[in-house]
Amino acid sequence: MSHDPHTKLIYMANQIARFMESKPHAEGLEGLYSHINDFWEPRMRTHLFEVLDAGGQGLRPLVVEAASHIRRPVAA
Amino acid sequence: MKDFIIPDRDFGTPAAKSKQMVTLTIDGFAVTVPEGTSIMRAAAEAGIQVPKLCATDSIDAFGSCRLCLVEIEGRNGTPASCTTPVAAGLKVHTQNAKLKQLRRGVMELYISDHPLDCLTCSANGDCELQDMAGAVGLRDVRYEAVATHFKARDTSGRANPQYIPRDDSNPYFSYDPQKCIVCSRCVRACEEVQGTFALTIEGRGFDSRVSFGAKSDDALASDCVSCGACVAACPTATLQEKSIIEIGTPSHSVVTTCAYCGVGCSFKAEMRGDELVRMVPYKHGKANRGHSCVKGRFAYGYASHKDRILNPMIRDSINDPWQEVSWPEAMAFTAARMQGIIAKYGQKSVGVITSSRCTNEEAYLVQKLTRAVFMNNNTDTCARVCHSPTGYGLGQTLGTSAGTQDFDSVEETDVVIIIGANPTDGHPVFASRLKKRLRQGAKLIVVDPRRTDMVESPHIKAQHHLALTPGTNVAVVTALAHVIVTEGIYNEAFIRERCDWDEFRDYAEFVSLPQNSPEATELLTGVKAETVREAARLYALGGNGSIYYGLGVTEHSQGSTTVIGIANLAMMTGNVGRPGVGVNPLRGQNNVQGSCDMGSFPHELPGYRHVKGEAVRDVFERAWGVKIDNEPGLRIPNMLDAAVEGTFKGLYCQGEDILQSDPDTKHVAAGLAAMECVIVHDLFLNETANYAHVFLPGSTFLEKNGTFTNAERRINRVRKVMAPRNGYEDWEVTMMLANEMGAGWTYTHPSQIMDEIAMTTPSFAGVNYEKLETMGSVQWPCNEAAPEGTPLMHVDGFVRGKGKFINTEYIATDEKTGPRFPLLLTTGRILSQYNVGAQTRRTANVVWHDQDVLEIHPHDAEVRGIKDGDWVRLASRSGDTTLRAALTDRVNPGVVYTTFHHPDTQANVITTDYSDWATNCPEYKVTAVQISPSNGPSEWQEDYAAQARLSRRILSAAE
Repeated sequence: MSHDPHTKLIYMANQIARFMESKPHAEGLEGLYSHINDFWEPRMRTHLFEVLDAGGQGLRPLVVEAASHIRRPVAA
Repeated sequence: MKDFIIPDRDFGTPAAKSKQMVTLTIDGFAVTVPEGTSIMRAAAEAGIQVPKLCATDSIDAFGSCRLCLVEIEGRNGTPASCTTPVAAGLKVHTQNAKLKQLRRGVMELYISDHPLDCLTCSANGDCELQDMAGAVGLRDVRYEAVATHFKARDTSGRANPQYIPRDDSNPYFSYDPQKCIVCSRCVRACEEVQGTFALTIEGRGFDSRVSFGAKSDDALASDCVSCGACVAACPTATLQEKSIIEIGTPSHSVVTTCAYCGVGCSFKAEMRGDELVRMVPYKHGKANRGHSCVKGRFAYGYASHKDRILNPMIRDSINDPWQEVSWPEAMAFTAARMQGIIAKYGQKSVGVITSSRCTNEEAYLVQKLTRAVFMNNNTDTCARVCHSPTGYGLGQTLGTSAGTQDFDSVEETDVVIIIGANPTDGHPVFASRLKKRLRQGAKLIVVDPRRTDMVESPHIKAQHHLALTPGTNVAVVTALAHVIVTEGIYNEAFIRERCDWDEFRDYAEFVSLPQNSPEATELLTGVKAETVREAARLYALGGNGSIYYGLGVTEHSQGSTTVIGIANLAMMTGNVGRPGVGVNPLRGQNNVQGSCDMGSFPHELPGYRHVKGEAVRDVFERAWGVKIDNEPGLRIPNMLDAAVEGTFKGLYCQGEDILQSDPDTKHVAAGLAAMECVIVHDLFLNETANYAHVFLPGSTFLEKNGTFTNAERRINRVRKVMAPRNGYEDWEVTMMLANEMGAGWTYTHPSQIMDEIAMTTPSFAGVNYEKLETMGSVQWPCNEAAPEGTPLMHVDGFVRGKGKFINTEYIATDEKTGPRFPLLLTTGRILSQYNVGAQTRRTANVVWHDQDVLEIHPHDAEVRGIKDGDWVRLASRSGDTTLRAALTDRVNPGVVYTTFHHPDTQANVITTDYSDWATNCPEYKVTAVQISPSNGPSEWQEDYAAQARLSRRILSAAE
């Protein structure tokens, strides 16, 4: 797997999404954004938003859908 | 602080468990004991020691020495008190003229075939034969020793065929047959306590000899696992620690806790002055109940190994040699570097890794250093790479991040599932306790790609071995659930009472899908559908069902999902909340439970409370007088990613070797190399130290006070038996660094740190050193509701309220085999070595395992032209290394296996950086590889060795 931050974070977000997709939709959606909010350090979320802001290419639909609930880090 | 040795009283036979009490009279005194107690033990409880040789209370009575004879009014003869059970109203006499005469006669016979070199004997002062000769008043031996077992030659100079020379092949103990009285205690300890059956009695009558298996075997070549149970049981100098032979008897002892695996055995460190004479398992230790393994009992020599670094060292660049400096210089250099980094790159540019080998108090201080001094949450611990999915999975389903049982619980289990764990090697003392229960008739299901010793070994055979393809745990666990649900053998009453019934129904619908059936998953997992069905029925219907699991569950891209699946199985069958059942993670390192409890994870403060919680932050903000960051910090892999990116620059790493133990070595090395201040706090110049700028020497568990928390949540005391050779206990070193950076900490003893933990963390509220002194140990939660601690969790309800069923969909790992990498590599441990081997490689344990070898099925070897013992090149998409091949059918075709104990193998050059979806726990257990014949070490290994040599140069302090 590549060590490029975006590729890696897209992969990680999709991994979480695939677990959450087996839950009922609302629960899975909440599961996904709470997981990222709870466990991803701001730098990681910043990189994720770079991907999301550029259209979210490569991200599974549940990640894109959850984007508005993911806490956007304040600029350090 | 040091106690004199008060020998643990030996009651002669094990305690009886009956609740029915019986009263009898012994020497005129009334004694009340449980039914089934031996007369010997009843007498001992009344303070009357009946002379004995073949009896000891760790093993069942045998009745061979005839020394413990007693008289019972109204009964004929003189029965052995060890094999005669009590009965109501018995009148027993342990001492009268007849008994005295009989005992003397017995002793006379024993002594007639025993050398009388007591003064120079290594057991002098610690010999039961000597004691009993005194106890029975033996004054004369009438028999002349003609045919003996102890004289090398007879009077005419001919070699004595009965004489067997001493066997010194085991590095830690010797077997000296000339001192043997053939009491069989060693043989019985090996069978009953350890369960290895390595020892036997050969021959009959006068020819009876203790033997390590076949007559031609010596101790080292035999099945012996060097647990020391026979040595502890031996009443003479026959089986004895070599350290006693070399040093002499100890003068005092201190009870402490082993620093190896997560079983957390209690030991008596037996000392003379400040020299450690031997470690003896402590009979009253609640995790080990008087048993031990080769690591805890014998492998402590690393503490005095010449490789230990005792002075702090610094260097400007990792290309420079090390410079020895004083502690104040080291602290000034380190603090200035870290402060410089924080000023230049921001407060989130530094972090810590707490150690799962250090004490709770030390882990607590290290996370406090980053939270209260560096002012961020960048703390992580090596649990990241082992049991972080346990924390997540059990937290989500049951509500708490820990095993549900104590180890005693195994004595009441009826069906055991072991998933991805190899307890005979990884958790040997627990394995012995489990094997004992299996020999009593409990059933066993093993889920493991490899045929471990639990699957089949002497007197043990698993009913079912689900030899699955690595990476398919979720499919197997879900298929087990499918069978239980679709065949209607779940425990509806339990689920309705303890879980959310509607959630269960959703879950039941999910697992009932045809794709989750054993028939459908058989093609993925390689496990026959019928085997899965039989195993599921056995677990659901076989009585008390318990699940024990290890890193074979967690170290996968779906590690957390499997943990959830395991909790689901336990809940649906009602196997939670009483003795004999439960969900039990077998923790790898001695204090991995404790380091997690202490807030080592970047998202939670001590006691598993998320940093986003204002109330929790408030508790610590008041206690510490600082503002705590409400954002989660970086986990170890994220730290390394951030380092490569250039935003993470400084790391304080206590007692962990991430370069060797973490996956994808090249990436770890790149991350470390990109940092400007790497502080390694360890006993040895480990692999990570090759990239360090500061080396702070650490102290061993023998040199400090504190506590460890084992896999059953048991908080055990670690006691200082000698002064730290490096000058300071590890918590003092962390405090020096914090104070150099302005923290103003004033702890003078770890008990004060525990008091702060108790004050801030509800599950520890009732824990303090005084309680640990009186109770010996305590299992958290320990607070007002449970002042004596909590051996079993979720007894009346789950910690989270209702148990939660969560769907566990199988998603295949992206690490896939293909034409270039057609085999799957999985990794594990071996008994004699521990983790990265930093400690055990520096002991005589290397005689059992001096290099990592690659287990490969003969079929896979054949098609590649590989023979047993050949060098092979092991390559994955990440890297390649070389090691020697061992052909075995323990692994299935298509699967290869190795250990990661030796740095020159660098198995983690091979592993990838795929990781658990929830916790980033690396997927160590599945790597697609190819194997080919090789001539020797790979280029990487040679480069690495050269770099390591260069990096370890030390200039001594300028005078």
